[in-house]
Amino acid sequence: MARADAGRRARSLLVAVVLGHVLLISAQVATPAGPSLLRTTVVAVVTEVQEASWLVAGAIHAVWNGYAALRGVREENARLARENIDLRVQLQQARANAAGADEMRALLDMRPHLPWKTTGAEVVAGSLSPDFRAITIDKGLADGVARDMPVINSDGVLGRVAQPVRDTSTVQLLIDRSAAAAVRTERARAEGIALGNGDGTLRLEYLSATADVAEGDSVVTAGIDGIYPPGLGVGRVERIERAGRAFRQVVIRPYADFSRLESVLVLVAPAPVGSPLLAAPEAKVGR
Amino acid sequence: MTALRMAGLVLAAVLIQGALFRSGSGAPGDLVLVAVVAVGLLHGRLAGLLTGTAAGLLQDALGGGMLGLSGLGKCVAGYLAGVAGTQFIVTQWMSRGFLFLGASLLNSVCFMGLSMLLGLRRFGNPILEVLTQAVVNAGVGVLLFSAIEFMPTAREQWNAVLERRRKRRYH
Repeated sequence: MARADAGRRARSLLVAVVLGHVLLISAQVATPAGPSLLRTTVVAVVTEVQEASWLVAGAIHAVWNGYAALRGVREENARLARENIDLRVQLQQARANAAGADEMRALLDMRPHLPWKTTGAEVVAGSLSPDFRAITIDKGLADGVARDMPVINSDGVLGRVAQPVRDTSTVQLLIDRSAAAAVRTERARAEGIALGNGDGTLRLEYLSATADVAEGDSVVTAGIDGIYPPGLGVGRVERIERAGRAFRQVVIRPYADFSRLESVLVLVAPAPVGSPLLAAPEAKVGR
Repeated sequence: MTALRMAGLVLAAVLIQGALFRSGSGAPGDLVLVAVVAVGLLHGRLAGLLTGTAAGLLQDALGGGMLGLSGLGKCVAGYLAGVAGTQFIVTQWMSRGFLFLGASLLNSVCFMGLSMLLGLRRFGNPILEVLTQAVVNAGVGVLLFSAIEFMPTAREQWNAVLERRRKRRYH
């Protein structure tokens, strides 16, 4: 008898919990912000514990990497030195091009491109579920990080700040199935929306049927979605799959290696005109 | 005490998942789901239901997704694991493996179904991904149970060793 009662109680609770979930989801569908207090509290508490646990895990990582990295350091050093020379040459060329572009902008009386102020952050935790592609970083509201700020690394765009709390933030990666960014191809300037596939690649959608897109084309942010500034590297067109005459699916391989994220940069705000950042382009990307 | 232990297990699963798969490449399995199913099997449907709800909400909040999306699948999976644990004999590694496999598939179907229904995500061809996750979860679940079962034996053996040493020193 008591067992039957317990069973009935458990079933009633299951129905109540399922209904509770449906109501919770419905509330968020109606107002996209959702019950932010619950989320903020949970994130604030758990990320503190995550940071502490990461100190231990990070120490183990560091010891292991320290020993493992010693192998082949000499070769890597030589390779980096060669890369450094190549990059210096590229920087000179880019500066020359930028100077030309600035002159053209001045002639056309256009607003100059502002460099962005960045803040460096370390990754303290990865995706907590295989269904999400997100990371937690050690910078939050106290460091000037706010919701929807773009997150990049030296390779390109990584994603946007989805949930900042006091000292940490959750970053939704561009490869998440619910992430999107307005992009354009550099060669033909064909605009579209890059959406995460969940498998580490992106797909380019809302592309004009006549747009000229080819495999190997570089894809950058278009700057029209209100989140990502224009010109940030997103990836390269890996393949174009055709299905019928009109339909084609463009798959982009991101520049960033999402499996090795350790340090990232959050684009906090555009630097004010006349700031030292404008005078020294190489100082744009810094902590 | 049991409630504390369950909360500890779920929190440990969340922390390990976050630390092991620190980069954004995504994890091949879901340790949190494994912990929820384990709690359901060990402590019954009510414990499975509550643990699944708490763990799912935690994952949603920390993953930046819609709250309740992971919670729904996990609470149902935890509940059904508890029901299976009381209605059937789930002591062989194979039957446990199938239970974890089923719970994982159910969780994926709930998550994907809700996501597609609400237009939040699109899943091209997720069969391979879902199956891989289910197999990984089943493997981890079977290993976790073996470890849980091994613990009392190991503790007894360790106590026996300590006792022998004490006696030897005394004599």
